[in-house]
Amino acid sequence: MPKVTIDGVTIEVDEGTTIMNAARKVGGEIVPPAMCYYSKLDKSGGKCRTCLVEVTKGSDKDPRPMPKLVASCSTPIMDGMEVSNKTSQKVLDARKGVVEFLLINHPLDCPVCDQAGECDLQNLSYEHGTEGTRFEEKKRVFDKIDIGPFIQLHMTRCIMCYRCVYTADQITNERVHGVLKRGDASEIGTYIEKAIDNDFSGNVIDVCPVGALTDKTFRFKSRVWFLNPMDAHRNCDKCSGKAVVWMFGEEIYRVTGRKDQYAEVEEFICNTCRFETKDLAKWTIEGPRHISRESVISQGHYEMQPLKIENNNEETK
Amino acid sequence: MGRKILLEKTGIENINTYEVYRREGGYSAVEKALKKMTPEEVVEEVKKSGLRGRGGAGFPAGMKWSFIAKPEGVPRYLLCNADESEPGTFKDRFLMEKIPHLLIEGMILSSYALGCNTSYIYIRGEYMWILRILEKALEEARQNGWLGKNILKSGYDLEIYVSPGAGAYICGEETALIESLEGKRGNPRMKPPFPAVKGLWQSPTVVNNVETISSVVSIVNNGGEQYASIGLGKSTGTKLISACGNIRKPGVYEIELGISVEEFLYSDEYCGGINNGKRLKACIPGGSSVPILPHYLVTKTANGEQRLMTYESLADGGFATGSMLGSGGFIVFDEDQCIVRNTWNFSRFYHHESCGQCSPCREGTGWMDKVLKRIEYGKGNMHDIDLLVSISKNIEGNTICPLGDAAAWPVASAIRHFREEFEWHIKEPVKCLETNYGLVKETELEA
Ligand SMILES: Cc1cc2nc3c(=O)[nH]c(=O)nc-3n(C[C@H](O)[C@H](O)[C@H](O)COP(=O)(O)O)c2cc1C
Ligand code: SF4
Ligand code: FES
Repeated sequence: MPKVTIDGVTIEVDEGTTIMNAARKVGGEIVPPAMCYYSKLDKSGGKCRTCLVEVTKGSDKDPRPMPKLVASCSTPIMDGMEVSNKTSQKVLDARKGVVEFLLINHPLDCPVCDQAGECDLQNLSYEHGTEGTRFEEKKRVFDKIDIGPFIQLHMTRCIMCYRCVYTADQITNERVHGVLKRGDASEIGTYIEKAIDNDFSGNVIDVCPVGALTDKTFRFKSRVWFLNPMDAHRNCDKCSGKAVVWMFGEEIYRVTGRKDQYAEVEEFICNTCRFETKDLAKWTIEGPRHISRESVISQGHYEMQPLKIENNNEETK
Repeated sequence: MGRKILLEKTGIENINTYEVYRREGGYSAVEKALKKMTPEEVVEEVKKSGLRGRGGAGFPAGMKWSFIAKPEGVPRYLLCNADESEPGTFKDRFLMEKIPHLLIEGMILSSYALGCNTSYIYIRGEYMWILRILEKALEEARQNGWLGKNILKSGYDLEIYVSPGAGAYICGEETALIESLEGKRGNPRMKPPFPAVKGLWQSPTVVNNVETISSVVSIVNNGGEQYASIGLGKSTGTKLISACGNIRKPGVYEIELGISVEEFLYSDEYCGGINNGKRLKACIPGGSSVPILPHYLVTKTANGEQRLMTYESLADGGFATGSMLGSGGFIVFDEDQCIVRNTWNFSRFYHHESCGQCSPCREGTGWMDKVLKRIEYGKGNMHDIDLLVSISKNIEGNTICPLGDAAAWPVASAIRHFREEFEWHIKEPVKCLETNYGLVKETELEA
């Protein structure tokens, strides 16, 4: 099997594996961040450029370095390839530039955005962004659009990762979702705001790395870090019925797919489970969902036993 | 007079018709190739000719052809890139309008060499009347047995179709062109796989410029070696240059590669010098994407050598003091032109034409456009200049397709050579709206 070395760690992987997936096999620090690549979606990746890495040695056969940084999510490894991610200043600089580009037209309306706390863009800018902005121009804005009864599209927040386009293309059966216009005027369109009417359309919310596609049944209900995510399942005739229910007390506030450490869902779930099954009695709770991502939601400590409060106040004791 | 290959016959009356084209020796190369040469021999002649791609990148055509994958039972495609949308470039249009059969003859030869039975000409949507010219010419060629089944009883079949774009510059990028031809949104593809392996409908594909393909006719007629004897070094043959701007004689010229820039710019055979007795300020020798050269680097390189119209000489000095031959769009500025305004204009173009797939280009082009517009209208700050340089650096090399670079280079090179003019715009916000900065002084060139 071909060997590849990423930030000094050597690993054997199958022929045709991308640098990103090789890095994910190792895990940890050497994994480049991804804003557009989604392993469950065919053709995804290559667009956001946050995963750029430096190939310092092409392969054993042709050891020449690659002249430009490459997108690790869509560049296949070669035997003997050597890659620098975090160890390359060039990569870190380029990544900083990419984060800046992703943010210049982003509204930064985190305080009123449902995605805050589980937003890939937020996490990315914490790690790779700068404190201030050099952008003094007017930001681009779009009107909000309702895509059917359950989903809202807020293009102003969109980073054009195309994940929802591929989702709509690949797991729903009607192609009514795509990109209109060009450049920074391009927008996700559902051809004349036609509602995506499909049992699996809700998954576009889960794949969206930012708050551009949100769940209308959950809008403004709560900050995600106040909720307790629980693995739960139910018998469903459309999907596996395996989901995460986000609870506040005994109430289910929202239902999502089960996301892994790269914020990708393990399985896509159907709209009935997601939007229309908020009754706790209809779910079997398995236990707390472990959030392994570095993010505000993992600060919730919901997996710990509540601390016993000792009251030392003589008067109220 | 320089030697003409492509435009040799364009002066002949009605050369756009089949009868006259044929009477003047047209389609003899097809006869020669199909009757006396194997496809490999045609490729070999093109290799010998040293012909380089005329669409911008200058990649050797013969080499590109030999890279095409040949899996059993899979069709191969030749696509002619007639999207010609680069500001300052208007040479393919001239060729197709004046002598459409030359392109068709070249297409037949190239398709034969590559083993393609279906080929396409992808033409920019704004060239609708040329599409009709080509379709008429194709029909004439078909009527006369140059297309269809069993051409010249050689057993070789070929159909050529013309397909128009819908007005997007990005569809000139070869993989965006392929997507567009497949009926999809014209977004460039991620590479690898390269078109030579998986192109149109996932089949091996070669994309070549109109001028590249048209040049094959002379190579087959007279042999690759004869073609290679024209030109200089690795810049063989002739090249069409579309000259525009403040020159006395704007137009499309065919030059032998290797003549000096000075001759091209000042002789009466070509541009005829700067118009209205003005002085030269700057020149963009290869279409809007290539770096701009200040007047003191146009006819001479940084180390004082004469600059020639070749791929190598125009690039001499790299990005610091050189430029590129590119697509041959030769844009000349006199002392009255404003570099800031021109740079803004180009930025606006790339902003408008970015497909929007990758973040550096989508966001960066719009940002540069906005900053340059402010500077042009007297609302700039000194730190904007370095900001522009930084944005262009963050775009360059980090995008999916070369449009990102094409947007970054004009800005970076304009600031490199005309920084004082940018500063003047910022320091004189009122005056810069009324008058222009004039000529730059020759700044000390760093070694
Ligand atoms: C943004 C962009 C626009 C392009 N536009 C054109 C064009 O209009 N015509 C053209 O021949 N090549 C164009 N090219 C170059 C093509 O991608 C390709 O390299 C060329 O057609 C190959 O032909 P050649 O080898 O004969 O030059 C463009 C490239 C880019 C990146
Ligand atoms: S560089 Fe620009 S034009 Fe090219 S793929 Fe990226 S966004 Fe599109
Ligand atoms: S994750 Fe690789 S380019 Fe977006």
